[in-house]
Amino acid sequence: MTPVTPNSFASGPPALIGLGPIAWAKKNLFSDWFNSLLTLIIVAIFSWGLWRLGSWALTMAQWPVIPNNFGLFMTGTYPPALYARIWVLLAIICALAGLSWGVLARNVSILFSRNVRLGLAAIGAFIVLFPPTRPSALKLLPLVALVAAMAAVGRQGGRRFPGVGKWISLAWFLSYFVALWLIGGGLGLTRVSTNDWGGLLLTLLAAISGIALCFPLGLLLALGRRSALPVVRWLSTAYIEVVRGVPLVAFLFMGQVMIPLFLPVGSRPDRVLRAVIALALFSAAYLAENVRAGLQAVPRGQREAAMSLGLNTPLTLGLIVLPQALKIAIPAIVGQFISLFQDTTLLSIVGLAELLGIGRSVLANPAYLGRYAEVYLFLAVIYWVFCYAMALGSRKLEEKLNTER
Amino acid sequence: MRQFQTEPSSAQQGGTEPVIVARDVEKWYDNGFHVLKGVSLTVHKGEVLVIMGPSGSGKSTFIRTFNALEPYQKGTIEVDGITISHDLKNIEAIRREVGMVFQQFNLFPHLTVLQNVTLAPIWVRRWPKAKAQEVAMQLLERVGILEQAHKFPGQLSGGQQQRVAIARSLAMQPKVMLFDEPTSALDPEMVREVLDVMRTLADSGMTMVCVTHEVGFAREVADRVVLMDGGYLVEENTPQEFFNHPREERTQKFLSQIL
Repeated sequence: MTPVTPNSFASGPPALIGLGPIAWAKKNLFSDWFNSLLTLIIVAIFSWGLWRLGSWALTMAQWPVIPNNFGLFMTGTYPPALYARIWVLLAIICALAGLSWGVLARNVSILFSRNVRLGLAAIGAFIVLFPPTRPSALKLLPLVALVAAMAAVGRQGGRRFPGVGKWISLAWFLSYFVALWLIGGGLGLTRVSTNDWGGLLLTLLAAISGIALCFPLGLLLALGRRSALPVVRWLSTAYIEVVRGVPLVAFLFMGQVMIPLFLPVGSRPDRVLRAVIALALFSAAYLAENVRAGLQAVPRGQREAAMSLGLNTPLTLGLIVLPQALKIAIPAIVGQFISLFQDTTLLSIVGLAELLGIGRSVLANPAYLGRYAEVYLFLAVIYWVFCYAMALGSRKLEEKLNTER
Repeated sequence: MRQFQTEPSSAQQGGTEPVIVARDVEKWYDNGFHVLKGVSLTVHKGEVLVIMGPSGSGKSTFIRTFNALEPYQKGTIEVDGITISHDLKNIEAIRREVGMVFQQFNLFPHLTVLQNVTLAPIWVRRWPKAKAQEVAMQLLERVGILEQAHKFPGQLSGGQQQRVAIARSLAMQPKVMLFDEPTSALDPEMVREVLDVMRTLADSGMTMVCVTHEVGFAREVADRVVLMDGGYLVEENTPQEFFNHPREERTQKFLSQIL
């Protein structure tokens, strides 16, 4: 009789954590001949693809199309004489971002950890070595320094005044209106028509405004759909189902044509505003369903416990149900925000020169004929950076709000 | 065919003031099921009343009508002199005076233990935060959870969570506490710590209505034990009589099943 050997689960190494790279590769990539073969095939395909992409990017691609049109990509036909206002706006955002980072990480010991310092140095080096446009490099470097400096300030300030987070949220809120003022002018600044807003500037502005509008609207629709009042419930359901049945492009065109019909004669809202409203109205329907899923996931007992303590309906909703529902719905909500961000590309169809629209008008310039790959790759990287940042933020938020362990 | 009924006026503890007076309460669920078939009961100040009965007998539904968590169609319920009506202000006023402890604890998982306990005093009673926290800490000490005040409910055991839930209800300084099977969702080794807290609470003179299957608790702590079955209040008796010489045949059958 052979002794019974314990199976591999019981006798194997307790965990993969701590395995050396060779042992890890052996376990995960080359555990038997079939897996080894798969690994080799996949590695071969990837290497070939990367090699082709790399050799194209370094030898065949003609990159000047990007730096030569950098101003267009970033701000569209915004008058270059007024670029200073955009720089001021960028400085405000960098300062706030640094401050928020410092305050949020006030209790973390790794604010300026090796990785962060390396990252900042890499950004700085990139800007110096490959300046998008030569003079702008000089302005970008101080902005990076500003982020770092404000992070240090925020860290100290956050430790001394723990309640400072509220004020930073308020500052971000106000910065939106300052941004609109700096971009559009008025109140003492030269006016810049929205026809001249464009590029990444318009994309970000449309996305942020759309998100800011669609979130409260989606929340109200979700609550309306679960309301005890039948008329409110029917109207909310009808809105959600109608909007979800219409393609966004059709919705954007209707927004351009129909929103003026609902407004007093003579008041013709701006094209950008109409597009943003259409975008927000559209996304709100989807967002409402995400929030509703979150609301349904909160156990009934939570409501009952809150009510039995004497909390009225608004307090029960605001203090108990919504915080839990939104926490559950974060991944879906951020997913909706990401697709709203990507949907801004459709604004080019209704004639707005957002990032993708600018890309197409650059490609229409005979001087850059056929530079499709360069331009679209560049645009793809920009979209990816912002979407990935949102996804990362949502993951951090989820971790922060996880109170289970 | 009402099998048993207490007259609100002729209660056993004559002379003490009634806190809850339920008269002929009838309730149908939305699907038409007749769950309460004319139940009358009076709970007096300082009294500990235990409601027993098989599952589906309507006992949980009955005590949930006391703080208007369950609407009912017929009869009247008076709590602390206020008759329950459909008026929201009236319902909120009653809920402020009635604490409730649930089978599933129902602590707020996104708030710390301390925040769970201070929430209602701050938002409903409008106490200053410092006062609410001071009272909360005293209560948490009383139920033996002081060290866990800054943890989240998910980090506590079931018994600890239920003790926090009791402290949370007590923080509103209620006139009466309702317990809806407070130990039924607990692991056996944690039942005792919760019953001990309830026992201390009863000794302090709190008016308590407990739906429970804990016979030991009912025998030692209750002033009165009541049996509900099929939507009727079948028997109402002192603990000794209830467990040793039950009047009704239905009670004898029930006791033979659980003892």
